[in-house]
Amino acid sequence: MTQNVSITLQNTPDARPITEAISEDNPKAVVANYPSMIKIDCPNRLVIRADSVSKKIGRAWDTQEIHLSLITLSGNIDEDEGQFVLAWK
Amino acid sequence: MPATKKLGLKQKYALMTRGLDWETTYQPMEKVFPYDQFEGIKVKNWDAWEDPFRLTMDAYWKIQAEKERKLYAVIDSISQNNAQLGITDARYINAVKIFIQGVTPLEYQAHRHFAHVARHLRGVGPRIAAQMQSLDELRHAQTQIHTISHYNKFFDGMHDWQHMHDRVWYLSVPKSFFDDAVTAGPFEFLTAISFSFEYVLTNLLFVPFMSGAAYNGDLATVTFGFSAQSDESRHMTLGLEVVKFILEQDEANLPIVQRWIDKWFWRGYRLLSLVGMMMDYMLPKKVMSWAEAWEMYYEEQGGALFADLGRYGIRPPKHEDVARKEKDRISHEVWAIFYNYTHAAAFHTWDIDDEHMRWLSEKYPKTFDQLYRPRLLMWRDMARAGKRFYNNALPQLCNLCQIPMAFTEPDDPTTICFRSSELGGDRYHFCSDGCKEIFDQEPEKFVQSWLPVHQIFQGNCGGASVEDVLKWYHLNLGADNLDYAGSPEQKMWDQWMAGRHVAQAAE
Repeated sequence: MTQNVSITLQNTPDARPITEAISEDNPKAVVANYPSMIKIDCPNRLVIRADSVSKKIGRAWDTQEIHLSLITLSGNIDEDEGQFVLAWK
Repeated sequence: MPATKKLGLKQKYALMTRGLDWETTYQPMEKVFPYDQFEGIKVKNWDAWEDPFRLTMDAYWKIQAEKERKLYAVIDSISQNNAQLGITDARYINAVKIFIQGVTPLEYQAHRHFAHVARHLRGVGPRIAAQMQSLDELRHAQTQIHTISHYNKFFDGMHDWQHMHDRVWYLSVPKSFFDDAVTAGPFEFLTAISFSFEYVLTNLLFVPFMSGAAYNGDLATVTFGFSAQSDESRHMTLGLEVVKFILEQDEANLPIVQRWIDKWFWRGYRLLSLVGMMMDYMLPKKVMSWAEAWEMYYEEQGGALFADLGRYGIRPPKHEDVARKEKDRISHEVWAIFYNYTHAAAFHTWDIDDEHMRWLSEKYPKTFDQLYRPRLLMWRDMARAGKRFYNNALPQLCNLCQIPMAFTEPDDPTTICFRSSELGGDRYHFCSDGCKEIFDQEPEKFVQSWLPVHQIFQGNCGGASVEDVLKWYHLNLGADNLDYAGSPEQKMWDQWMAGRHVAQAAE
């Protein structure tokens, strides 16, 4: 059965490239805007690629920088230096 | 080129959390770690614990320092720029009062107890996660106090929140919730706070509330809120990991964990009924209704979570069906409690205007016009006739959640729900099957509940009159309590706004 994973980020200049990278790398992601925050839902699995964010900001982006923009999430996390994955098994 | 490769996240985390502990020899391990076995949780391999964020201390300090730097820049700006003038309406601040009185002291309690857990678990991975969370929670308490102190310069009810937290009747709801958690063993505490509260329910507190603060011009709350919330994702992850870890260690752990999930879901849900009231009644500009937030954050996200945990044999919490039935009712029922007892509370309630009622009617098409609008209109008429309704009888409290007994039967929103249990010749009263079952499971614990109304009648709260009790609470009478209409706060706000209108007219 398909369940959504979900991530909510602050609506800030730091978070915007992350949101854009998520939308591009996860075609099934649905983005919803709320006052001061952005909620992204995606069926089963969502990936944030460090490379994609790095390209947007013009410097190397460390996946742990996500902590500065993160509000909440739903799903099992797997993180290493290349990517940040949210998934239901 | 350097010959050594930089360590990856997984390696760094492994180096920090593996092989640093030892088996004690001067004292048996049971004496060094006296609390992690009595609950019956069996752990075969502590090293199976893995933090998915793999946060190491250096990264933790770096990230937290950056968050603090950003936050304190905003705090300076808040006071320099008189940010209190930017809020939508002074009524909004009453939600912030409930926050500093009810939630901030829990952050401090969490700081203390995560420090305890960080000492008393046998595994290094969970100890480090608990230690980081302990530091986070201290940061949350400090930043909330610091930020809200700006509002305390202008508005009432925020001058002695820690004292109030320990004494005021409605604050015994959050206080007793947390007292229950910190007097449990470490695994129950983690299941209660990290999993049931942080993972399953905390989104309902922070996310719509902070977004609501943003929408209502409350820069202060948005700033500390999102700064704290960025830590919450890590706490939520700890909560999910803890439950998966316990379940993977031994199948005998399943019934124990399920019982805790059932208990703490219900306790947390009851506690959040206060948040439902804030969302539906106290935000001048509204983001979403309680029912919508419940659907989004519990029914949808919680549904996905419990579907995932199904592979361990976990089922969704007991009585979630009751929560579903109540979602169109609880915020209205709780607002009614506080409207009744605003003379004894350290925040204001008020007449709900027509536009607000239209919104409530739209969001609650099945219940608002039929059940709640007539009552609000009656109260409005009474207030206009100079007879603003205050309930001068002390309410009966639920012996478990400590909320006045005003919730209704799951299948009949017009009948108050009463449940009770008898023990040692005494009868104990409950607002729901959920609360009664928690009591019946651990009656030795809950017969000791410090119930504010009982304590008042026993003469332990400053005296026999309402005024005596309110002074004992440290309420500033005539300013902190009573209706917003006619309050010093309203007068001040109207003067500020009158100044603004004159300025606009002159332009």
